[in-house]
Amino acid sequence: MMRTVFILMVFSLFSFSVHASDPLEKGENKSWSFLGPFGTYNKSSLQRGLQVYTEVCSSCHSLKYIAYRNLSDLGYNKEEIKAFSANFTVMDGPNDDGEMFERPGRPSDHFVSPYPNVNAAKAANGGAYPPDLSLITKARGGGADYLYSLLIGYKEAPDSIKVLEGMYYNKYYSGNLIAMPQPLYDDGVVYADGTKASIEQMASDVTEFLSWAAEPEMEERKRTGIAAIAFLLIMAVLSYMAKQQIWANLKKKQT
Amino acid sequence: MKISPPESQFKNPIINWIDTRLPIFTAMNEAVGTEHPTPKNLNYWWNFGSLAGVVLVIMIITGIALAMNYTAHVDHAFDSVERIMRDVNGGWLIRYIHMNGASFFFIVVYIHMARNLYYGSYKAPRELLWILGVVIYLLMMATAFLGYTLPWGQMSFWGATVITNFFSVIPFVGEPIVSWLLGGYTVDNPTLNRFYALHYLLPFVIAGVILLHIVALHRFGSNNPLGIDVKNDKDMIPFHPYYTIKDFFGLSVFLAIFCVFVFFVPNLLGHPENYVPADPLSTPAHIVPEWYLSPFYAILRAVPDKLLGVLAMFGAIGILFILPWLDRSPVRSAHFRPMYKVFYWLFIINMLALGYLGVQNPEGIYLILGRACTAWYFIHFLIIIPLLNVIETPKALPKSISDPIFSSGSSELGATTPRGQK
Amino acid sequence: MSKDKSRRDFIVIASYSMGAVGTGAAIWPIIDQMNPAADTLAMSSTEVNIGALEIGQALTVKWRGKPVFIRRRTETEINDSRKVSLEILRDPQADEDRVQKDEWLVVMGVCTHLGCVPLGQKVGDGKGDYGGWFCPCHGSHYDASGRIRKGPAPQNLEIPPYSFISDNVLKIG
Repeated sequence: MMRTVFILMVFSLFSFSVHASDPLEKGENKSWSFLGPFGTYNKSSLQRGLQVYTEVCSSCHSLKYIAYRNLSDLGYNKEEIKAFSANFTVMDGPNDDGEMFERPGRPSDHFVSPYPNVNAAKAANGGAYPPDLSLITKARGGGADYLYSLLIGYKEAPDSIKVLEGMYYNKYYSGNLIAMPQPLYDDGVVYADGTKASIEQMASDVTEFLSWAAEPEMEERKRTGIAAIAFLLIMAVLSYMAKQQIWANLKKKQT
Repeated sequence: MKISPPESQFKNPIINWIDTRLPIFTAMNEAVGTEHPTPKNLNYWWNFGSLAGVVLVIMIITGIALAMNYTAHVDHAFDSVERIMRDVNGGWLIRYIHMNGASFFFIVVYIHMARNLYYGSYKAPRELLWILGVVIYLLMMATAFLGYTLPWGQMSFWGATVITNFFSVIPFVGEPIVSWLLGGYTVDNPTLNRFYALHYLLPFVIAGVILLHIVALHRFGSNNPLGIDVKNDKDMIPFHPYYTIKDFFGLSVFLAIFCVFVFFVPNLLGHPENYVPADPLSTPAHIVPEWYLSPFYAILRAVPDKLLGVLAMFGAIGILFILPWLDRSPVRSAHFRPMYKVFYWLFIINMLALGYLGVQNPEGIYLILGRACTAWYFIHFLIIIPLLNVIETPKALPKSISDPIFSSGSSELGATTPRGQK
Repeated sequence: MSKDKSRRDFIVIASYSMGAVGTGAAIWPIIDQMNPAADTLAMSSTEVNIGALEIGQALTVKWRGKPVFIRRRTETEINDSRKVSLEILRDPQADEDRVQKDEWLVVMGVCTHLGCVPLGQKVGDGKGDYGGWFCPCHGSHYDASGRIRKGPAPQNLEIPPYSFISDNVLKIG
């Protein structure tokens, strides 16, 4: 009986978090490569996703917790990262004269934000702050699936919904009206590896990239987890045997 | 009167030399060693006490490691947590252990408490042992709440705002007390700093109360599944090696389950909104407490009046302190209390329901259910438990742990220490 | 019986040993988190533009939280440094061994005595008795090669790992 209740308790924990975190329509359920206990990121998708972020998203959205040096996770070498970071202008200083100055980015710099501060970002976007994307898949109920759905969710508004000035209809956004205009269009970028840049392809790639940005430790975490659990299970079996042995001794003594 | 205490009797001369002067090894032996006699019939539900101790140690160690990398300032707290997750060596592991450890600490302690309720361990002569346990539980809730504020996400900020506002219900001095708690007019940098200081302090207070809890435990020893007093040496076995290995096995299983959460679903028990930095100008659409505080949050919201709601919530915990005096049945274990057993399971289901309702929007059916469950919570403790003592006929109790022969009726055999009026 | 007993002991010892090993493995991240983090390590090398530095001028840059002295030495300073007999030096080292390019001296700006920052970088600073640096804490004098000449410091100013990426860019670390 107590066992049943314990199982019920564990289940209710699961249902709590599901209920608490997901008030929205779920949308697409994609089989991402990074799901499951052995999941890993798809490196070529990550690289394409970086391209989509850089060419599309980064005009409004920052990615401030990622440093250029982190791109080694995507399969780039030191030289490539150095060249990539040098494309960006970083505000540094103050120098010996007390002035701020601009310099090319370095691998140790974090991704350059499109706006100097939150208020500037709001002012440039009609009062709506384009959120930082470093944690976006962890910060939204539904995670990667939600993000992907949102990116492909721009459809013609049904007649019943009046689309306000400066707002856009999105099938999967809470309330269906979103301040972000549709970001992705077919062939919006030209992929370096020749992949056809459909909306779905770009949405999928940038979602993969942002999932990595939110959880760059994921692959190492799962690898460590497998080892740790395997170790603990062996320890559990051994200690159970040891326990049986020791307690058998007790029963022998008594009879 | 004896002037010099006897020399210790350990084989190892160094240990013996130290122990004669500072009897720490004797103390350890009496706490978890061969000198600690334990009922021989404890089942696996008795694993959760020592397990809770291990989890506390894990929490303190990972907490100190996190403190070395955390910055308690509203402008840097969120960033410093992300730095821990991304740049600090093994930082993600330490933080995820600490984060999920909080939840698992409560799971372990809730099971420990549920076991206690089922087997009537809170009854005489272990009332103070139980009360110290409730004190630990209260300190844990305070510590968890303070710690949840530190990452300075949206849930951190709004959780802190809501909970500190409880104190505004105090007549006349409520508002001054809230600003005293916050160090300002709203949750801000002074609040974060003091929460950090207290979050670091309280675990050591918990450890201190645990010591008292253990001292009180050793006064009369563990209760057991039959709930009867131990009669003689035949009922007892030394803690070591029997329960050390059993606890060790339990720990292995527990850690394996814990690792599933830490390594594969580390954010399942958390809330996505806490990965959004705190914004004092916008409240999240759906604000919920951590699951372990949820039942009490449900009680708070079930009462339509602000003052009464807060009183009900604190009363729900406060009522646990007087439980040993509400339940005057001389039989401890629910094994021998057919009616109590039924109401025990109803109580557990009711708690789970309250936990579920605490994270739902308090509207419509959820509000009605919330009120029903809240009412049942108090009815259980204030009416049913005292009433059962009068109307319930306990089953026959065995003579002793080793002796399966049942005595007739519920004589004082195996019952709690008889009270004067009985 | 004894065979049975030893098997039993083996299992008990093995399971507790696994516990000890597991504890050790779990403690490692707790120790390792105190080592420099990835962002700190990423700053462990720095590139300096030295193109604007005239002969006789000096530049101080911060590297790993400490000052590095870069001096573009004059002809006289180079010659004086090379003329010194190694025998009179406390920490004998030829000037040629302390520079990659004769004109450029790159040393840590940390006195080898007790870690103060010596004077001599700014135009108005005294450069000590030997035309290099002078440590105000306990009066150590360094020459234009950063070698200790007088005072309590035991060693010459340390030379950080560096390389010239181009004529104008120096990489330290």
